[in-house]
This record gives sequence, structure tokens and C-alpha cells, in this order.
Amino acid sequence: MSNVLEAKHINKYFKKPVLFHVLKDINFEIKKGEFVSIMGKSGCGKSTLLYILSTMDTDYEGELYLNNKLITDKNSNHLSRLRNENIGFVFQFHYLLGEFTVLENVMLPAKKLAKKTFQEIEQDALEKLKILNIEHLAHKRASQVSGGEKQRVAIARALINNPSIIMGDEPTGNLDSHNAENVFNIFKQLSVEEDLSLLIVTHDEDFANKTDRIIQMEDGKIII
Amino acid sequence: MANWTVILNIAKTHLLTKLKSTSIAALGVTFGIGSYITLVSFMTGLNTMLDDLMLNQTPHIHVYNEIEPSKEQPISLYDKFSESFNIVHSIKPKMSQKKIHNALPIITYLERNENVRGALPRIETQIFYLAGSIELGGNLTGISPIDEAKLFNMSDYIVEGSAEALQNTDNSILLGIGIAKKMALKIGDRVQISPINGGIFPLKIVGFYQSGISDIDAMQSFTTIKTVQRILGEANNYITDINVKLYDIEEAVPLSKKIEQQFNLKAVDIKTANAQFDTGTSVRNLITYAVSVALLIVAGFGIYNILNMLIYEKMNDIAILKAIGFSGTDVQLIFMSQAMIIGFVGGVLGLIVGYGLASLISTIPFQTEALPTVETYPINIDPMFFVIGFSFAIISTFLAGYLPSKKAKKIDPVKIIRGQ
Repeated sequence: MSNVLEAKHINKYFKKPVLFHVLKDINFEIKKGEFVSIMGKSGCGKSTLLYILSTMDTDYEGELYLNNKLITDKNSNHLSRLRNENIGFVFQFHYLLGEFTVLENVMLPAKKLAKKTFQEIEQDALEKLKILNIEHLAHKRASQVSGGEKQRVAIARALINNPSIIMGDEPTGNLDSHNAENVFNIFKQLSVEEDLSLLIVTHDEDFANKTDRIIQMEDGKIII
Repeated sequence: MANWTVILNIAKTHLLTKLKSTSIAALGVTFGIGSYITLVSFMTGLNTMLDDLMLNQTPHIHVYNEIEPSKEQPISLYDKFSESFNIVHSIKPKMSQKKIHNALPIITYLERNENVRGALPRIETQIFYLAGSIELGGNLTGISPIDEAKLFNMSDYIVEGSAEALQNTDNSILLGIGIAKKMALKIGDRVQISPINGGIFPLKIVGFYQSGISDIDAMQSFTTIKTVQRILGEANNYITDINVKLYDIEEAVPLSKKIEQQFNLKAVDIKTANAQFDTGTSVRNLITYAVSVALLIVAGFGIYNILNMLIYEKMNDIAILKAIGFSGTDVQLIFMSQAMIIGFVGGVLGLIVGYGLASLISTIPFQTEALPTVETYPINIDPMFFVIGFSFAIISTFLAGYLPSKKAKKIDPVKIIRGQ
């Protein structure tokens, strides 16, 4: 199986307020179709690692490969495009554009990618919403749907460009157990049925235990 | 890589959901551009009117025979005294004729010059207006009425009657309005005038002249050259002044110097005669532009403020856009296009408001003794002002939008997302 994401000797320092070695020689890889969770105590550096992997944080040492291509030290426009095409995001807080409809929110990354016509994008978006059982919300304002629904919209948006990997920063952290269960099932289904790779940072042990692999972190190091 | 449909769509949604602050920002621009158009139309209209008042009836070069003392006294020509120190007391002006020698050939010569639009002969003479036993002193000028009307806008200052009537009626006069009032005369009446060397000539009044300067209107009258020559008993080559109008006013100084040298006459150019005039015009223009620029800068700060606020409000949106693959440049373009839309809409409205206000002002009655032909406030609507105003709207909103959008470009999405 090919590696979707590979990290080699990642080191990161926080320079303010004092010099702090937050990530210490991180090495791991994620294979295609693998559902991986990262666990660890607050402050152990797991979110920091996620944002480096997401290409949004470029201030690190080491090498990062996406689909076996080195992406370290690429310019920010190139990284934006990579992110647009290959990485889907789901955050703890739902981060939808409140002034747009649910459908528009889902369509936005695809419009940016501009590989398909508007009609095809709309078709795709409705399909993704259907997979997540929220197609009835398509024309509602994003600010008017409930928390659990918002998270599903965010997942639909992450899926719209058929990315290589989905990353989540505690996507269930702000949801009740019913909705958390729901979100996990969606992830699991995507992993199994669509052969999608997932990398989820979580505090939730039940959630992590159900994933294919758990990466345990402590004090900036991977311990398992 | 920019994707304009998406960027403009996001910009539009942002602007429409914040319609109140958007319209306030746009109104700032509208107000700035509108006042600029109004102000500049009004000021240049006024300037043109004042310039015309002075320049239209003033010749670009005035040629005449100056009465002045000889620069060289005979004693300095005598060799034997050349080594001595001579003092001549009480020098008197040289006795010379008032008429320009060979005036008609000079006029023909001047009109052949390609810079000259026209050279018109005039005869200036002092006369008395007779009303019973009262004698009023005054000036009578012999002119070619049709040509004067054409080159020096004479018709603007004829309040009743016309230049043609003066040309076509024998022994007619265009009477200064001040004299007409003093002597209670109306068109069709006859006025008796007497030149200094005696005699009485009745002239028929065919119109009234009003320059706007009451001292002149109480003295000055016009008639044809022929009539003056007849009154003075002079031959038809008797011309005392030549007024030259040029195509380009800048040629006045060199040409007047040339005329002085060539014909040994006095030639006064308009720049020397009205030096203070240019200064007044340029200072008024300067004030107009200073006020307009100040207004537009204030409008620019309004846009800057509102965009800054908008960007603070949209921090989360910016972070999420960047996370889902919009580059910093895309985000900057989103906010820049918002600024440019505000500038465009505000600017166009400003042009319309400015045009409306200027048109409104041009209908307000404005009557003054000094300007007989002006009935409403003078407005000069020049398409150039609209081009300048619109460009300024676009440039100032560009600058006002650039700094905040630069900030949006630099926002680090990780900080926003993790800071939640």
C-alpha cells in the first residue's frame, strides 16, 4: 500500500515567549485507506503536529511527503493549491461561512479548484450532502443549522474535492455523544467504502479505540 | 492563481450582508467626488467668467503712439560736448502726432502673420456730450463694429441694440449706459456731441453699452471709424490705435517686442497689462483642488476604517478560507475587490450627484450690475473633471483597501483556529 502522508524527522520550536522544543524528531506514515487517530495530553504537541501536516504551518524542520512528493519548503501559493486539492479539514468548531448557504459552503473548495463546471460542482455537493444525510439543509444559511449538522456540513465540504486525506482537530470534541457517534460512523464508512485516509486528533478514548491505529504522543514525542 | 467568480461572489456576499457599513463607506466616496465635481465646476465657471470679463475685451497687444519725452536730448548728439557733463532741466514730452503713421499697411502686415487672429483699427478721441447747456466729458471710440463683435465679444456688452445696427446706420452711436441714464436717453433718440476742436454733431442712438465698470460706462461711447474721422475732420488713414488678437496668448510678449522695434510704436501685451490676473486664477484653482483632495482623503479614511473593521469581524472566515485552499493572494483580492466595488459604486454615484448639484447651481439666478450678460451662476461642466474625479475615487479606494487587505493576506490561519 502506498503512503499518503509521510513525516520524517519533524522538529518544531516555539520561540515565544521562551524557546521551547515542542516536537522532537517525529517520524510516521499514513497509508491509503488507513484511519489513524493521534492521542495525547493537552500541550503534548499533537495539534501542532496536525497543523504542520496540514501544510498551514510551515515553520518546522524535517521533511514532509504528500502522495510521495516532498512538500517542505514549497511556496505558500503552491501549498494552498495542494491543500485545496488533497486535504480535507474538519475542526472542533464548525467553521462554516455563516453568510453563505450550506450548499455554497460545501461548493466553495471545488469552485476554488475550478476543475469542474458549476453544474458538476453543485451535483457533487448535493451528492456529498446526501451521503451525510443532510441534503434537506442545502439551501439553509450555514448560521441557522445545529451544531451536529454543522459538523456534517464541514465533513461534506472536506470531501468535495475527493481529497487524499482528511484531517480533523478534535472533530467530535464539541459534540454530544450521539452526534460524536454519528460523526465517527461517517468517518469509518468513508475509510472503508471510499478507501479514504483519515488522521484525527482526539481526546476521546472511545473514539480512538475504534480507529485502525492510535499514535500516542507525550512531550513532543511519539511513544507508540 | 485567481479565480474571479469565486472571489467576487464572496466579496459580494460580504458587502451585501454588511449593507449598512458598505453604504456608509460608499456614501463617503459619493460625498467626496460629488463635492469635488460641484466645487470644481463652480470655481472654474467663476474663473472663466472673471477671465472673460477681463480678457475678452482686452486686446492681446495694444499698439499706439505714446506721448513721452525723447530719450536722447540734442545736446548728447553734439560731439564737442561728449566729454562734458550735461544737465537739461524741465524736459517736456516730444511733440508728435497721435495717429499711427502708415496704420493701414501695418494692419495688413500684421494680419498676414500666422499667429494673429485679427488686427483691428481704432480711433480714440475725447468729446463732450451736450445736454442743453450742460457739457459732459467723455470718450468716443471709432471701431469696426462687426469685427469687434467677432474678435472681442463686443456683443456681450451691448445691452440694447446691436453691433450690426451701429455698422449699418450712418452717424449712429452706441452710448455708454451711464451717460444714457444721466441724460435720460433711449434708443432712437439723438445725442449731440462736440469734439475738443469745436463743432456740434448730432448722432442717432442705436444701442447701449455696459462694460460692468461704472466709471467707464459713464464716459465711453462707440461709433464707426468713419464717423469719428468725419467728426475730427481727418482723412480715412487716421488711426490712433491697433488692437491685435492672437491665437495663442503666449505669443503676445515676443510679438509686442517685435512690433515696438519694427515700427517705433508703443506695443503693450496683455501679460504686462494684467499681470495680477494670472495669479488670481491659479490661486483659486489651487484652493479648489486643495479642498477637493481633502474631501477625498477623508472619504479614503472612511473606507480604510470600515474595511479594517470588516477584516476583524471576518477573522474566522479568513482562516477557514485559507484552510480550505484559498491562498493569501486570493484573500487579499477578496478584500481589495470589496474596496474597489465601494469605490466604483460610490464614485459613479458621486459623479451623478456632482452633475446634479452643478446643474442645479447653474439654474440659480445670479444678477449683478457688473456682468450684464450673466443671469445665473456660471458653471463650467467639463468631461475632464468627471474623468479626474472617477480616477481619484478608484485610486483612493485602492489605497484605502490595500493596507487592510494586506493584513488579511498575512493572517495566520493556525493562530486563529487554535486560538478559539
